[in-house]
Amino acid sequence: MSNIGSYETRLRDFTWKMAEEELGYGKDGKYNLGYFCSDRICEIGNGTKVALVWEGFTGEVRRYTYDDLRIYSNSFATLLRQNGLLPGDRICVFMDRIPELYISFLGILKMGGIVQPLFSAFGEDALAMRLEDAKTKAILTTRKHLGKVRRIRSSLPELSLVIVVDAGEKPLEQGEIAFSMEKAVKNEHIQIATVGPETPSVLHYTSGTTGRPKGALHVHSSVIAQAITTKWVLDVRPDDIYWCTADPGWVTGTSYGIIGAWASGITQVVLDAGFSAHKWYAFIEKHRVTVWYSAPTAIRLLMKEGLDPVNKHDLSSLRHLASVGEPLNAEAVLWSEKAYGKPFHDSYWQTETGSIVISNYPGMKIKPGSMGKPFPGITAAILNPKTFEPINTVGTVGLIGLKPGWPSMFRMYWNNKETYDKKFQNGWYICGDRSSIDSEGYFWFVGRDDDVINTAGHLVGPFEIESALLEHPAVAESAAVGKPDPINMEVVKAFIALKPGFAKSEDLSMEIMNYIRKRLSPLAMPQEIEFVDSLPKTRSGKIMRRLLRAKEWGEEIGDISTLEND
Amino acid sequence: MTEDAKKLIIEYVKKEYLDEDSDQVVTEDTKLISSGIVDSFSMVSLKMFLEKKFKIKIPDEKATPEAFDSVNDIVTLLREFTPL
Repeated sequence: MSNIGSYETRLRDFTWKMAEEELGYGKDGKYNLGYFCSDRICEIGNGTKVALVWEGFTGEVRRYTYDDLRIYSNSFATLLRQNGLLPGDRICVFMDRIPELYISFLGILKMGGIVQPLFSAFGEDALAMRLEDAKTKAILTTRKHLGKVRRIRSSLPELSLVIVVDAGEKPLEQGEIAFSMEKAVKNEHIQIATVGPETPSVLHYTSGTTGRPKGALHVHSSVIAQAITTKWVLDVRPDDIYWCTADPGWVTGTSYGIIGAWASGITQVVLDAGFSAHKWYAFIEKHRVTVWYSAPTAIRLLMKEGLDPVNKHDLSSLRHLASVGEPLNAEAVLWSEKAYGKPFHDSYWQTETGSIVISNYPGMKIKPGSMGKPFPGITAAILNPKTFEPINTVGTVGLIGLKPGWPSMFRMYWNNKETYDKKFQNGWYICGDRSSIDSEGYFWFVGRDDDVINTAGHLVGPFEIESALLEHPAVAESAAVGKPDPINMEVVKAFIALKPGFAKSEDLSMEIMNYIRKRLSPLAMPQEIEFVDSLPKTRSGKIMRRLLRAKEWGEEIGDISTLEND
Repeated sequence: MTEDAKKLIIEYVKKEYLDEDSDQVVTEDTKLISSGIVDSFSMVSLKMFLEKKFKIKIPDEKATPEAFDSVNDIVTLLREFTPL
């Protein structure tokens, strides 16, 4: 029997209050998310239980108990306080998937700071833009990424402290301090910051069609939703070995790679290594992983490798598989049944929702290719894109809307009320995705409702890419769109018109690709560049990305009445 | 010839994929993909570089993380398409 049991019964009976009580949230006035992921597990007698098994790319393994999480996160909280950081300050974690990343996340929360996780592969421009917007006060990083921080620091007057967690012997510069988690004085007891359920906790940046990336702000009570969805959707149980493959630079890596896992008191494993089918299967076999939460891109890469590597490993420990990031295609679900003897359960949510809102549940019939059904406590509907009224016709495509009010929902876009307000129409939160519902209430994903590119499950904003492209000396104008990709669903393609004096060439393509990769990130790097004489524009001069994207996808171009004459 | 190819690839990896302040040593055995120096997205630009420099076409199914995981692995792959 799965944790959720009967979906229909849960749907009928569930209230968020029940989830709150099950977690003990607010009991004795305790609301701090960091406490719920460390101290609370120790208080209920599981301090010696292994919380984290970390493996690096060289095969080195490190283990941490819940007591370790508690004490080391205390050390981080103390360090930050001693250096003048205050509750509410934005403190960025900018590291590869090392234990210090996961544990400092809790430490920041325990001192009352707002954690700002950023993907360590971000280049200088992407990093600077997000730190500047959040007016980030401190950043925790490693030697590997310190160069990027140093090169942008002069443009970030608010950034008063850089903490290097693996500083070694090489000298640091002014405003930088070294901190070794394992060598630091152990703080058995600290005063955990008093917070309320609505106190800000985590600030995750996400991309939109226009403008700069937006910081979706979450609050401490998000843990209520993250814990119950970990239990009911991911079906984790006390003895499970859980592997969430997401990087904490993205919301899955924090909501389910830190908060959901540790608030549930389970053992999780982390592999800090690049993808390879052999390495992943060997990791599952070695650590006897039972619950595996991954992404469609990774699953399709594993499919590409075929059954041969599967058959070379003992994967019999696997009990439950789930996926998130972009829609999981039916073929991948069917293949996972063939390869692993069980299907991947697709789940749907976003940075803004903070936790899973639509999913396939253990024990419920899976329709391969479907997103599943709304989580109990979530009211989801398909809305008319013009009136924002629910569409009750089976199979009609509309916008996914959610009734606001679940605990992990974002509370604002940082410093961007106007964009935040636009996300709510007619009493619904508008996800920005299109879908339909079938006669049995299953949701079927159709696509985004904007120009944001979903590549390997990560949203990339075309505006950010185009802005960076314009800073390249050869680029006169550009448009970035998503083009279909069999593994990543979409990858970035850039259309570029060159300035006079520049000629298209393979060398120039490569130079521009690498330029974007270094300035923004590998995800934002165009995988293809098409040089054009000019870009299609409206009569008011706005580039019609929609038209370029439609061509890439072989779709109807739609209304082009506003297109500028050739 | 093989040594020249290795040197060329090492220089390219250092120039394009390591931070300009990095003092990390890259040898023909250094793990590129599994260590995170080159990720799956960046493999596209590395593949383009190899195709252009060695005047070959590497089929997508051959461009796997394992085949790109070190300079030695890459050279083994290149030998399928060109004498080095």
